[in-house]
Amino acid sequence: MTEVQMKATRDGFGEALLSLGEKQNKVMVVCADLEESMRVEEFGKRFPERMVEVGVAEQNMVGLAAGLALEGNCVFAVSYAAFSPGRSWDQIRVSVALSNLNVKIVGGHTGLGVGPDGATHQALEDIAIMRVLPGMMVVVPADAYQARQATERLSELYGPAYLRLTRQKTGLFVDKALKFEIGKAQILRQGKDITVVGCGPILGEAMKVAEKLAGRVSVEVINMHTVKPIDAETLIRSAKKTGRVLCIEDHQVTGGLGGAVAEVLSEKMPVRLERMGVADKWGESGLPEDLYEKFGLSARWIEGRVEKLML
Amino acid sequence: MPKPDLPLVARDIRKNIIRSLAIAGSGHTAGAMGTADIFAWWYFGGGLRHRSGEPSWEGRDRLILSCGHYAPVLYVTLAMAGYFPLAELSSLRKIGSRLQGHPVKRVELKKMSGLGHEILPGVENTSGPLGQGVSVAVGMALAAKRRGEKHWVWCLGSDGEVQEGQTWEAYISAVKYELGNLIYVIDYNNIQITGEVSKIMPLGNLKKRLEGCGMEVMEIDGHDFEDLEKVKEWAGLHPKTPKAVIMVTTPGKGVGFMENNYRWHGIPPTKEQAFDALEELIRGKK
Ligand SMILES: [Mg+2]
Repeated sequence: MTEVQMKATRDGFGEALLSLGEKQNKVMVVCADLEESMRVEEFGKRFPERMVEVGVAEQNMVGLAAGLALEGNCVFAVSYAAFSPGRSWDQIRVSVALSNLNVKIVGGHTGLGVGPDGATHQALEDIAIMRVLPGMMVVVPADAYQARQATERLSELYGPAYLRLTRQKTGLFVDKALKFEIGKAQILRQGKDITVVGCGPILGEAMKVAEKLAGRVSVEVINMHTVKPIDAETLIRSAKKTGRVLCIEDHQVTGGLGGAVAEVLSEKMPVRLERMGVADKWGESGLPEDLYEKFGLSARWIEGRVEKLML
Repeated sequence: MPKPDLPLVARDIRKNIIRSLAIAGSGHTAGAMGTADIFAWWYFGGGLRHRSGEPSWEGRDRLILSCGHYAPVLYVTLAMAGYFPLAELSSLRKIGSRLQGHPVKRVELKKMSGLGHEILPGVENTSGPLGQGVSVAVGMALAAKRRGEKHWVWCLGSDGEVQEGQTWEAYISAVKYELGNLIYVIDYNNIQITGEVSKIMPLGNLKKRLEGCGMEVMEIDGHDFEDLEKVKEWAGLHPKTPKAVIMVTTPGKGVGFMENNYRWHGIPPTKEQAFDALEELIRGKK
Protein backbone atom coordinates (compact mmCIF):
# COMPACT_ATOMS: atom_id res chain seq x y z
CA MET A 1 0.00 0.00 0.00
CA THR A 2 1.25 3.45 -0.81
CA GLU A 3 2.08 5.71 2.10
CA VAL A 4 -0.85 8.04 2.80
CA GLN A 5 -0.52 11.57 4.04
CA MET A 6 -1.67 12.08 7.65
CA LYS A 7 -3.74 15.01 8.87
CA ALA A 8 -6.50 15.61 11.39
CA THR A 9 -10.01 16.47 10.24
CA ARG A 10 -9.94 19.50 12.56
CA ASP A 11 -7.10 20.87 10.43
CA GLY A 12 -9.16 20.55 7.28
CA PHE A 13 -11.95 22.41 9.03
CA GLY A 14 -9.64 25.24 10.13
CA GLU A 15 -8.27 25.68 6.62
CA ALA A 16 -11.74 25.77 5.12
CA LEU A 17 -12.84 28.42 7.61
CA LEU A 18 -9.98 30.66 6.63
CA SER A 19 -10.84 30.51 2.98
CA LEU A 20 -14.53 30.99 3.78
CA GLY A 21 -13.60 34.03 5.82
CA GLU A 22 -12.06 35.58 2.75
CA LYS A 23 -15.04 34.80 0.57
CA GLN A 24 -18.07 35.37 2.77
CA ASN A 25 -18.45 38.14 5.28
CA LYS A 26 -21.48 36.46 6.84
CA VAL A 27 -19.40 33.59 8.17
CA MET A 28 -18.80 33.95 11.90
CA VAL A 29 -17.19 31.75 14.51
CA VAL A 30 -18.17 31.44 18.15
CA CYS A 31 -15.81 29.43 20.29
CA ALA A 32 -15.75 28.25 23.91
CA ASP A 33 -12.11 28.57 24.90
CA LEU A 34 -10.74 26.03 22.42
CA GLU A 35 -9.56 28.24 19.60
CA GLU A 36 -6.18 26.68 19.10
CA SER A 37 -7.30 23.11 19.56
CA MET A 38 -10.28 23.53 17.26
CA ARG A 39 -8.13 25.32 14.68
CA VAL A 40 -10.08 28.57 14.65
CA GLU A 41 -7.33 30.72 16.13
CA GLU A 42 -6.12 31.92 12.75
CA PHE A 43 -9.66 32.82 11.71
CA GLY A 44 -9.93 34.97 14.83
CA LYS A 45 -6.71 36.78 14.03
CA ARG A 46 -7.63 37.42 10.43
CA PHE A 47 -11.28 38.30 11.04
CA PRO A 48 -11.58 39.62 14.59
CA GLU A 49 -14.92 41.25 13.78
CA ARG A 50 -16.37 37.87 12.99
CA MET A 51 -14.90 35.95 15.90
CA VAL A 52 -16.57 35.66 19.29
CA GLU A 53 -14.88 34.01 22.25
CA VAL A 54 -17.33 33.17 25.01
CA GLY A 55 -15.05 31.35 27.40
CA VAL A 56 -16.00 28.07 29.01
CA ALA A 57 -19.71 28.45 28.43
CA GLU A 58 -21.16 26.17 25.77
CA GLN A 59 -24.80 26.93 26.51
CA ASN A 60 -24.23 30.63 26.00
CA MET A 61 -22.09 29.86 22.96
CA VAL A 62 -24.99 28.19 21.21
CA GLY A 63 -27.58 30.76 22.26
CA LEU A 64 -25.32 33.61 21.23
CA ALA A 65 -24.70 31.88 17.91
CA ALA A 66 -28.47 31.67 17.44
CA GLY A 67 -28.73 35.42 18.02
CA LEU A 68 -26.03 36.11 15.44
CA ALA A 69 -27.79 33.78 13.01
CA LEU A 70 -31.13 35.52 13.56
CA GLU A 71 -29.39 38.62 12.24
CA GLY A 72 -28.44 36.83 9.05
CA ASN A 73 -25.04 35.33 9.78
CA CYS A 74 -23.79 31.83 9.08
CA VAL A 75 -22.34 30.86 12.43
CA PHE A 76 -19.95 28.07 13.31
CA ALA A 77 -20.23 27.27 17.03
CA VAL A 78 -17.11 25.41 17.94
CA SER A 79 -16.11 23.28 20.90
CA TYR A 80 -15.36 19.70 21.83
CA ALA A 81 -18.30 17.43 21.18
CA ALA A 82 -18.32 16.27 24.79
CA PHE A 83 -19.27 19.86 25.70
CA SER A 84 -21.21 20.85 22.61
CA PRO A 85 -23.53 19.19 21.76
CA GLY A 86 -22.86 17.38 25.04
CA ARG A 87 -23.77 20.20 27.37
CA SER A 88 -25.51 22.52 24.94
CA TRP A 89 -28.06 20.10 23.52
CA ASP A 90 -31.10 21.89 24.94
CA GLN A 91 -29.88 25.16 23.44
CA ILE A 92 -29.25 23.43 20.12
CA ARG A 93 -32.70 21.88 20.20
CA VAL A 94 -34.67 25.04 20.95
CA SER A 95 -32.61 28.06 19.98
CA VAL A 96 -31.09 26.50 16.85
CA ALA A 97 -32.94 23.48 15.47
CA LEU A 98 -36.55 24.35 16.23
CA SER A 99 -35.82 27.90 15.10
CA ASN A 100 -34.21 26.53 11.93
CA LEU A 101 -31.24 28.84 12.20
CA ASN A 102 -28.08 28.82 10.15
CA VAL A 103 -25.84 27.58 12.93
CA LYS A 104 -23.29 24.87 12.37
CA ILE A 105 -22.42 23.05 15.56
CA VAL A 106 -18.86 21.84 15.28
CA GLY A 107 -17.91 19.11 17.72
CA GLY A 108 -14.26 18.23 17.94
CA HIS A 109 -12.37 15.50 19.75
CA THR A 110 -14.86 12.76 19.10
CA GLY A 111 -14.63 9.03 19.56
CA LEU A 112 -12.02 6.81 21.14
CA GLY A 113 -9.57 8.53 18.81
CA VAL A 114 -9.33 11.35 21.36
CA GLY A 115 -7.01 8.97 23.19
CA PRO A 116 -5.24 9.89 26.45
CA ASP A 117 -7.82 12.45 27.65
CA GLY A 118 -10.03 9.49 28.48
CA ALA A 119 -13.73 8.75 28.74
CA THR A 120 -14.93 12.20 29.80
CA HIS A 121 -13.61 13.74 26.60
CA GLN A 122 -14.32 10.91 24.17
CA ALA A 123 -17.69 11.89 22.75
CA LEU A 124 -19.33 8.63 21.71
CA GLU A 125 -22.95 9.71 21.78
CA ASP A 126 -22.95 12.91 19.75
CA ILE A 127 -24.21 11.49 16.45
CA ALA A 128 -27.15 9.90 18.24
CA ILE A 129 -28.24 13.03 20.09
CA MET A 130 -27.86 15.22 17.03
CA ARG A 131 -29.46 13.05 14.43
CA VAL A 132 -32.65 12.78 16.45
CA LEU A 133 -33.30 16.51 16.00
CA PRO A 134 -35.68 17.30 13.12
CA GLY A 135 -33.99 19.13 10.26
CA MET A 136 -30.48 18.72 11.65
CA MET A 137 -27.85 17.73 9.10
CA VAL A 138 -25.18 15.47 10.57
CA VAL A 139 -21.88 15.27 8.74
CA VAL A 140 -18.88 13.15 9.66
CA PRO A 141 -15.93 13.74 7.34
CA ALA A 142 -13.69 10.76 6.71
CA ASP A 143 -10.45 12.68 6.34
CA ALA A 144 -9.01 16.17 6.53
CA TYR A 145 -9.64 16.97 2.89
CA GLN A 146 -13.23 15.91 3.25
CA ALA A 147 -13.57 18.03 6.39
CA ARG A 148 -12.55 20.96 4.25
CA GLN A 149 -15.13 20.13 1.61
CA ALA A 150 -17.83 19.52 4.22
CA THR A 151 -17.18 22.86 5.92
CA GLU A 152 -17.40 24.69 2.63
CA ARG A 153 -20.54 22.91 1.51
CA LEU A 154 -22.25 23.41 4.87
CA SER A 155 -21.57 27.14 4.70
CA GLU A 156 -23.46 27.22 1.41
CA LEU A 157 -26.39 25.16 2.66
CA TYR A 158 -28.82 27.08 4.83
CA GLY A 159 -29.87 25.43 8.07
CA PRO A 160 -28.73 23.79 11.27
CA ALA A 161 -25.99 21.22 10.99
CA TYR A 162 -23.61 19.20 13.08
CA LEU A 163 -20.05 18.69 11.89
CA ARG A 164 -18.16 15.96 13.73
CA LEU A 165 -14.40 16.33 13.86
CA THR A 166 -11.50 14.37 15.28
CA ARG A 167 -8.30 15.17 17.09
CA GLN A 168 -5.79 12.61 15.85
CA LYS A 169 -3.95 12.68 12.56
CA THR A 170 -5.47 10.17 10.20
CA GLY A 171 -4.85 9.13 6.62
CA LEU A 172 -6.11 11.12 3.66
CA PHE A 173 -7.59 8.04 2.09
CA VAL A 174 -10.60 9.33 0.17
CA ASP A 175 -9.97 9.82 -3.53
CA LYS A 176 -10.08 13.57 -4.01
CA ALA A 177 -11.58 13.10 -7.44
CA LEU A 178 -14.77 11.69 -5.92
CA LYS A 179 -17.63 14.12 -5.86
CA PHE A 180 -18.57 15.33 -2.39
CA GLU A 181 -22.15 16.27 -1.79
CA ILE A 182 -24.00 16.57 1.52
CA GLY A 183 -26.56 13.77 1.72
CA LYS A 184 -24.94 11.68 -1.00
CA ALA A 185 -22.80 8.74 0.07
CA GLN A 186 -19.53 8.00 -1.69
CA ILE A 187 -18.75 4.53 -2.94
CA LEU A 188 -15.05 4.36 -2.15
CA ARG A 189 -14.66 0.90 -3.54
CA GLN A 190 -16.96 -1.24 -5.62
CA GLY A 191 -17.59 -4.80 -4.48
CA LYS A 192 -20.18 -7.52 -4.71
CA ASP A 193 -19.81 -9.82 -1.69
CA ILE A 194 -20.26 -7.54 1.27
CA THR A 195 -20.96 -3.87 1.99
CA VAL A 196 -18.93 -2.05 4.59
CA VAL A 197 -20.56 1.28 5.39
CA GLY A 198 -18.99 3.70 7.79
CA CYS A 199 -18.26 7.29 8.65
CA GLY A 200 -15.25 9.20 9.91
CA PRO A 201 -11.55 8.37 9.76
CA ILE A 202 -12.13 4.84 11.11
CA LEU A 203 -13.38 4.01 7.64
CA GLY A 204 -9.75 4.18 6.52
CA GLU A 205 -9.19 0.95 8.43
CA ALA A 206 -12.01 -0.68 6.53
CA MET A 207 -10.37 0.40 3.28
CA LYS A 208 -7.18 -1.34 4.31
CA VAL A 209 -9.12 -4.51 5.04
CA ALA A 210 -10.94 -4.33 1.72
CA GLU A 211 -7.63 -4.01 -0.10
CA LYS A 212 -6.13 -6.87 1.84
CA LEU A 213 -9.02 -9.19 1.12
CA ALA A 214 -9.26 -8.24 -2.54
CA GLY A 215 -9.23 -11.25 -4.83
CA ARG A 216 -10.83 -13.42 -2.18
CA VAL A 217 -13.66 -11.24 -0.86
CA SER A 218 -15.04 -8.43 -2.93
CA VAL A 219 -15.80 -5.66 -0.41
CA GLU A 220 -17.84 -2.61 -1.30
CA VAL A 221 -16.93 0.34 0.89
CA ILE A 222 -19.42 3.16 1.34
CA ASN A 223 -18.54 6.42 2.98
CA MET A 224 -21.74 7.61 4.63
CA HIS A 225 -20.23 10.99 5.51
CA THR A 226 -23.71 12.44 5.88
CA VAL A 227 -25.44 10.46 8.58
CA LYS A 228 -28.47 12.71 8.23
CA PRO A 229 -30.12 13.00 5.82
CA ILE A 230 -28.91 9.47 5.17
CA ASP A 231 -28.46 8.35 1.59
CA ALA A 232 -30.84 5.41 1.83
CA GLU A 233 -30.85 4.85 -1.90
CA THR A 234 -27.13 4.11 -2.18
CA LEU A 235 -27.26 1.97 0.94
CA ILE A 236 -30.24 -0.08 -0.21
CA ARG A 237 -28.80 -0.57 -3.68
CA SER A 238 -25.56 -1.89 -2.24
CA ALA A 239 -27.28 -4.10 0.35
CA LYS A 240 -29.48 -5.56 -2.35
CA LYS A 241 -26.39 -6.42 -4.37
CA THR A 242 -24.24 -7.89 -1.59
CA GLY A 243 -26.81 -9.15 0.90
CA ARG A 244 -24.45 -8.44 3.80
CA VAL A 245 -23.74 -5.16 5.52
CA LEU A 246 -21.15 -4.29 8.12
CA CYS A 247 -21.40 -0.87 9.68
CA ILE A 248 -18.47 0.82 11.36
CA GLU A 249 -18.04 4.01 13.35
CA ASP A 250 -16.09 5.43 16.27
CA HIS A 251 -19.26 6.01 18.30
CA GLN A 252 -21.69 3.99 20.36
CA VAL A 253 -23.27 1.31 18.20
CA THR A 254 -26.65 2.49 19.48
CA GLY A 255 -28.15 5.54 17.90
CA GLY A 256 -25.31 6.55 15.63
CA LEU A 257 -24.63 5.57 12.05
CA GLY A 258 -25.24 1.95 12.98
CA GLY A 259 -28.65 2.85 14.28
CA ALA A 260 -29.44 4.88 11.18
CA VAL A 261 -28.32 2.08 8.86
CA ALA A 262 -30.31 -0.50 10.82
CA GLU A 263 -33.41 1.70 10.60
CA VAL A 264 -33.14 1.96 6.82
CA LEU A 265 -32.29 -1.65 6.11
CA SER A 266 -34.70 -3.30 8.51
CA GLU A 267 -37.57 -1.42 6.92
CA LYS A 268 -36.54 -1.35 3.29
CA MET A 269 -34.02 -4.09 2.61
CA PRO A 270 -33.58 -6.57 5.44
CA VAL A 271 -30.20 -8.24 4.95
CA ARG A 272 -27.60 -9.60 7.33
CA LEU A 273 -26.32 -6.64 9.29
CA GLU A 274 -23.63 -6.25 11.89
CA ARG A 275 -22.68 -3.03 13.58
CA MET A 276 -19.21 -2.20 14.82
CA GLY A 277 -18.59 0.63 17.21
CA VAL A 278 -18.34 1.04 20.93
CA ALA A 279 -20.69 -1.55 22.39
CA ASP A 280 -22.45 0.25 25.25
CA LYS A 281 -19.18 0.87 27.08
CA TRP A 282 -17.24 3.88 28.30
CA GLY A 283 -13.93 4.76 26.73
CA GLU A 284 -10.67 5.16 28.65
CA SER A 285 -7.22 6.68 28.35
CA GLY A 286 -4.74 5.24 25.89
CA LEU A 287 -3.34 5.74 22.44
CA PRO A 288 -6.00 5.66 19.74
CA GLU A 289 -4.52 2.56 18.08
CA ASP A 290 -4.42 0.71 21.39
CA LEU A 291 -7.99 1.72 22.16
CA TYR A 292 -9.23 0.61 18.75
CA GLU A 293 -7.56 -2.73 19.37
CA LYS A 294 -9.03 -3.04 22.85
CA PHE A 295 -12.54 -1.98 21.87
CA GLY A 296 -12.59 -4.12 18.75
CA LEU A 297 -12.37 -1.45 16.07
CA SER A 298 -8.92 -2.02 14.56
CA ALA A 299 -8.34 -3.36 11.06
CA ARG A 300 -7.73 -6.80 12.51
CA TRP A 301 -11.16 -6.80 14.14
CA ILE A 302 -12.85 -5.42 11.05
CA GLU A 303 -11.29 -8.18 9.00
CA GLY A 304 -12.58 -10.76 11.46
CA ARG A 305 -16.11 -9.37 11.27
CA VAL A 306 -16.02 -9.36 7.48
CA GLU A 307 -14.84 -12.96 7.46
CA LYS A 308 -17.55 -13.91 9.93
CA LEU A 309 -20.26 -12.30 7.82
CA MET A 310 -18.94 -14.13 4.78
CA LEU A 311 -19.37 -17.55 6.41
CA MET B 1 -51.85 60.83 16.67
CA PRO B 2 -52.52 61.52 20.35
CA LYS B 3 -50.57 59.44 22.83
CA PRO B 4 -52.63 56.47 23.87
CA ASP B 5 -53.83 56.17 27.42
CA LEU B 6 -51.37 53.52 28.53
CA PRO B 7 -53.23 52.36 31.66
CA LEU B 8 -56.27 51.76 29.47
CA VAL B 9 -54.21 49.89 26.91
CA ALA B 10 -52.68 47.79 29.67
CA ARG B 11 -56.13 47.03 31.00
CA ASP B 12 -57.24 45.85 27.56
CA ILE B 13 -54.13 43.70 27.32
CA ARG B 14 -55.06 42.10 30.63
CA LYS B 15 -58.62 41.53 29.50
CA ASN B 16 -57.44 39.83 26.35
CA ILE B 17 -54.96 37.70 28.30
CA ILE B 18 -57.79 36.48 30.54
CA ARG B 19 -60.03 35.74 27.57
CA SER B 20 -57.33 33.95 25.59
CA LEU B 21 -56.23 31.80 28.50
CA ALA B 22 -59.78 30.92 29.51
CA ILE B 23 -60.54 29.82 25.96
CA ALA B 24 -57.24 27.95 25.69
CA GLY B 25 -57.90 26.09 28.92
CA SER B 26 -54.23 25.97 29.80
CA GLY B 27 -51.32 28.37 30.04
CA HIS B 28 -49.54 30.77 32.35
CA THR B 29 -51.48 33.67 33.79
CA ALA B 30 -49.57 35.49 36.51
CA GLY B 31 -46.45 36.67 34.66
CA ALA B 32 -48.39 37.74 31.59
CA MET B 33 -50.78 39.84 33.72
CA GLY B 34 -47.92 41.33 35.69
CA THR B 35 -46.09 42.57 32.60
CA ALA B 36 -49.05 44.03 30.70
CA ASP B 37 -47.87 47.54 31.58
CA ILE B 38 -44.43 47.27 30.07
CA PHE B 39 -45.92 45.62 26.98
CA ALA B 40 -48.37 48.50 26.65
CA TRP B 41 -45.48 50.92 26.95
CA TRP B 42 -43.28 48.98 24.52
CA TYR B 43 -45.82 48.69 21.71
CA PHE B 44 -48.12 51.69 22.32
CA GLY B 45 -46.09 54.11 24.40
CA GLY B 46 -43.02 54.50 22.24
CA GLY B 47 -40.92 52.06 24.23
CA LEU B 48 -40.04 50.14 21.10
CA ARG B 49 -39.46 51.43 17.60
CA HIS B 50 -41.51 48.99 15.58
CA ARG B 51 -43.76 48.71 12.54
CA SER B 52 -46.62 46.26 12.77
CA GLY B 53 -47.01 46.23 8.99
CA GLU B 54 -43.34 45.47 8.51
CA PRO B 55 -42.33 43.04 11.25
CA SER B 56 -38.89 42.44 9.70
CA TRP B 57 -38.06 46.13 9.38
CA GLU B 58 -34.31 46.26 9.95
CA GLY B 59 -34.37 49.38 12.07
CA ARG B 60 -36.81 47.95 14.60
CA ASP B 61 -35.88 47.50 18.23
CA ARG B 62 -35.76 43.80 18.99
CA LEU B 63 -37.71 42.33 21.86
CA ILE B 64 -36.45 38.91 22.85
CA LEU B 65 -38.80 37.08 25.16
CA SER B 66 -36.67 34.76 27.23
CA CYS B 67 -39.43 33.56 29.56
CA GLY B 68 -41.49 31.90 26.86
CA HIS B 69 -44.34 31.09 29.22
CA TYR B 70 -45.22 34.80 29.13
CA ALA B 71 -46.41 34.18 25.56
CA PRO B 72 -50.01 35.38 26.13
CA VAL B 73 -48.97 38.95 26.93
CA LEU B 74 -46.76 39.05 23.84
CA TYR B 75 -49.43 37.64 21.55
CA VAL B 76 -52.19 39.86 22.89
CA THR B 77 -50.09 42.98 22.56
CA LEU B 78 -48.92 42.10 19.06
CA ALA B 79 -52.51 41.51 17.97
CA MET B 80 -53.69 44.77 19.51
CA ALA B 81 -50.79 46.55 17.81
CA GLY B 82 -51.92 45.19 14.45
CA TYR B 83 -49.43 42.43 13.75
CA PHE B 84 -52.23 39.93 13.18
CA PRO B 85 -56.01 39.84 13.65
CA LEU B 86 -57.32 40.02 17.20
CA ALA B 87 -59.71 37.19 16.42
CA GLU B 88 -56.75 34.87 16.18
CA LEU B 89 -56.15 35.20 19.92
CA SER B 90 -58.85 32.65 20.55
CA SER B 91 -56.71 30.04 18.76
CA LEU B 92 -54.06 30.19 21.49
CA ARG B 93 -52.63 26.71 22.12
CA LYS B 94 -55.01 25.10 19.63
CA ILE B 95 -53.84 22.69 16.98
CA GLY B 96 -52.64 24.37 13.81
CA SER B 97 -52.51 27.78 15.49
CA ARG B 98 -49.72 30.29 15.03
CA LEU B 99 -50.12 31.05 18.72
CA GLN B 100 -48.11 28.18 20.12
CA GLY B 101 -48.11 27.52 23.84
CA HIS B 102 -44.58 28.85 23.92
CA PRO B 103 -43.42 31.13 21.09
CA VAL B 104 -41.75 29.57 18.08
CA LYS B 105 -39.80 31.66 15.64
CA ARG B 106 -38.63 29.68 12.67
CA VAL B 107 -36.56 31.11 9.90
CA GLU B 108 -37.63 29.58 6.62
CA LEU B 109 -36.12 30.14 3.25
CA LYS B 110 -39.30 28.89 1.67
CA LYS B 111 -42.74 29.65 2.95
CA MET B 112 -43.54 26.21 4.31
CA SER B 113 -42.61 25.96 7.94
CA GLY B 114 -42.80 22.20 8.11
CA LEU B 115 -44.29 22.72 11.55
CA GLY B 116 -47.96 22.33 10.78
CA HIS B 117 -48.51 25.97 11.61
CA GLU B 118 -47.17 29.24 10.33
CA ILE B 119 -44.98 31.65 12.18
CA LEU B 120 -46.56 34.54 14.00
CA PRO B 121 -45.44 37.99 12.82
CA GLY B 122 -43.62 39.98 15.48
CA VAL B 123 -42.20 37.02 17.37
CA GLU B 124 -38.42 37.40 17.39
CA ASN B 125 -37.27 34.14 18.96
CA THR B 126 -38.18 30.69 20.16
CA SER B 127 -38.36 30.31 23.91
CA GLY B 128 -39.71 28.17 26.68
CA PRO B 129 -36.83 26.32 28.29
CA LEU B 130 -35.55 29.12 30.51
CA GLY B 131 -32.28 30.96 30.15
CA GLN B 132 -31.91 30.65 26.41
CA GLY B 133 -33.32 33.97 25.28
CA VAL B 134 -30.75 35.96 27.22
CA SER B 135 -27.95 34.42 25.15
CA VAL B 136 -29.92 34.94 21.96
CA ALA B 137 -30.37 38.61 22.88
CA VAL B 138 -26.64 38.92 23.52
CA GLY B 139 -25.97 37.47 20.05
CA MET B 140 -28.41 39.89 18.43
CA ALA B 141 -26.97 42.84 20.30
CA LEU B 142 -23.45 41.82 19.32
CA ALA B 143 -24.44 41.48 15.67
CA ALA B 144 -25.99 44.96 15.77
CA LYS B 145 -23.00 46.47 17.49
CA ARG B 146 -20.49 45.02 15.06
CA ARG B 147 -22.50 46.30 12.13
CA GLY B 148 -22.91 49.73 13.67
CA GLU B 149 -26.69 49.45 13.77
CA LYS B 150 -28.49 51.75 16.17
CA HIS B 151 -31.49 49.79 17.36
CA TRP B 152 -31.97 48.53 20.90
CA VAL B 153 -32.12 44.89 21.84
CA TRP B 154 -34.52 44.36 24.72
CA CYS B 155 -34.80 41.09 26.53
CA LEU B 156 -37.50 40.15 29.00
CA GLY B 157 -36.67 37.40 31.44
CA SER B 158 -38.22 36.23 34.66
CA ASP B 159 -36.81 36.12 38.16
CA GLY B 160 -37.08 32.35 38.38
CA GLU B 161 -35.09 32.19 35.18
CA VAL B 162 -32.12 33.78 36.88
CA GLN B 163 -31.67 30.42 38.60
CA GLU B 164 -30.56 28.99 35.25
CA GLY B 165 -26.77 29.04 35.01
CA GLN B 166 -26.86 29.97 31.36
CA THR B 167 -28.12 33.45 32.19
CA TRP B 168 -24.93 34.18 34.10
CA GLU B 169 -22.83 33.00 31.18
CA ALA B 170 -24.80 35.43 29.06
CA TYR B 171 -24.41 38.43 31.41
CA ILE B 172 -20.64 38.31 31.52
CA SER B 173 -20.42 37.88 27.77
CA ALA B 174 -22.60 40.97 27.30
CA VAL B 175 -20.25 42.90 29.58
CA LYS B 176 -17.11 41.62 27.84
CA TYR B 177 -18.42 42.73 24.45
CA GLU B 178 -19.60 46.08 25.86
CA LEU B 179 -23.14 45.66 24.62
CA GLY B 180 -24.50 49.05 25.55
CA ASN B 181 -27.39 48.37 23.16
CA LEU B 182 -28.76 45.59 25.36
CA ILE B 183 -31.50 46.25 27.92
CA TYR B 184 -32.35 43.16 29.89
CA VAL B 185 -35.49 43.37 31.98
CA ILE B 186 -36.05 40.92 34.79
CA ASP B 187 -39.66 40.60 35.84
CA TYR B 188 -39.15 40.46 39.56
CA ASN B 189 -42.51 39.16 40.76
CA ASN B 190 -41.11 36.75 43.34
CA ILE B 191 -43.05 33.76 42.12
CA GLN B 192 -42.15 30.68 40.16
CA ILE B 193 -44.18 27.58 39.46
CA THR B 194 -43.62 25.83 42.79
CA GLY B 195 -43.77 28.83 45.08
CA GLU B 196 -42.10 32.08 45.98
CA VAL B 197 -38.71 32.61 44.43
CA SER B 198 -37.33 33.69 47.79
CA LYS B 199 -38.27 30.27 49.18
CA ILE B 200 -37.66 27.94 46.24
CA MET B 201 -34.17 29.27 45.52
CA PRO B 202 -33.35 32.73 46.77
CA LEU B 203 -31.50 34.90 44.29
CA GLY B 204 -29.35 36.66 46.86
CA ASN B 205 -28.77 40.34 46.31
CA LEU B 206 -29.64 40.32 42.65
CA LYS B 207 -28.72 43.94 42.07
CA LYS B 208 -25.25 43.42 43.52
CA ARG B 209 -24.79 40.18 41.63
CA LEU B 210 -25.64 41.82 38.33
CA GLU B 211 -23.45 44.81 39.12
CA GLY B 212 -20.74 42.37 40.05
CA CYS B 213 -20.87 41.05 36.51
CA GLY B 214 -20.32 44.60 35.30
CA MET B 215 -23.84 45.51 34.25
CA GLU B 216 -25.58 48.81 34.92
CA VAL B 217 -28.60 48.05 37.06
CA MET B 218 -31.78 50.01 37.65
CA GLU B 219 -34.69 49.04 39.86
CA ILE B 220 -38.15 50.12 38.82
CA ASP B 221 -41.80 49.63 39.56
CA GLY B 222 -43.13 47.70 36.57
CA HIS B 223 -46.58 49.25 36.93
CA ASP B 224 -45.34 52.83 36.82
CA PHE B 225 -45.17 54.30 33.32
CA GLU B 226 -42.97 57.15 34.49
CA ASP B 227 -40.45 54.61 35.71
CA LEU B 228 -40.52 52.90 32.32
CA GLU B 229 -39.83 56.21 30.59
CA LYS B 230 -36.86 56.72 32.88
CA VAL B 231 -35.34 53.45 31.74
CA LYS B 232 -34.97 54.80 28.26
CA GLU B 233 -33.25 57.99 29.37
CA TRP B 234 -30.97 56.06 31.70
CA ALA B 235 -30.09 53.45 29.08
CA GLY B 236 -28.69 56.11 26.79
CA LEU B 237 -26.25 57.25 29.45
CA HIS B 238 -24.16 54.09 29.33
CA PRO B 239 -23.18 53.40 25.73
CA LYS B 240 -20.69 50.65 26.53
CA THR B 241 -22.44 48.82 29.34
CA PRO B 242 -25.28 46.33 29.10
CA LYS B 243 -28.24 47.30 31.21
CA ALA B 244 -30.24 45.19 33.60
CA VAL B 245 -33.59 46.43 34.85
CA ILE B 246 -34.96 44.77 37.94
CA MET B 247 -38.62 45.39 37.36
CA VAL B 248 -40.74 44.70 40.41
CA THR B 249 -44.25 43.62 39.47
CA THR B 250 -47.26 42.09 41.10
CA PRO B 251 -47.96 38.67 39.62
CA GLY B 252 -51.54 38.45 38.41
CA LYS B 253 -51.79 42.26 38.50
CA GLY B 254 -55.27 43.66 38.08
CA VAL B 255 -57.24 40.72 39.40
CA GLY B 256 -57.45 40.57 43.16
CA PHE B 257 -57.76 36.83 43.53
CA MET B 258 -54.73 36.26 41.29
CA GLU B 259 -52.37 38.86 42.69
CA ASN B 260 -49.30 37.65 44.56
CA ASN B 261 -50.43 34.04 44.53
CA TYR B 262 -47.85 31.73 43.01
CA ARG B 263 -50.56 29.18 42.20
CA TRP B 264 -51.51 31.40 39.26
CA HIS B 265 -48.08 30.98 37.71
CA GLY B 266 -48.95 28.07 35.50
CA ILE B 267 -52.72 27.81 35.31
CA PRO B 268 -55.45 29.60 33.33
CA PRO B 269 -58.68 30.93 34.76
CA THR B 270 -61.79 28.79 34.44
CA LYS B 271 -64.67 30.36 32.53
CA GLU B 272 -66.26 31.48 35.81
CA GLN B 273 -63.02 32.91 37.13
CA ALA B 274 -62.54 34.66 33.81
CA PHE B 275 -65.92 36.39 34.13
CA ASP B 276 -65.03 37.55 37.63
CA ALA B 277 -61.62 38.70 36.46
CA LEU B 278 -63.03 40.60 33.51
CA GLU B 279 -65.63 42.23 35.70
CA GLU B 280 -62.95 43.40 38.08
CA LEU B 281 -60.78 44.65 35.24
CA ILE B 282 -63.68 46.61 33.78
CA ARG B 283 -65.36 47.91 36.93
CA GLY B 284 -62.44 48.01 39.27
CA LYS B 285 -62.04 46.16 42.55
CA LYS B 286 -65.20 45.38 44.50
MG1 LIG C 1 -41.40 34.98 38.51
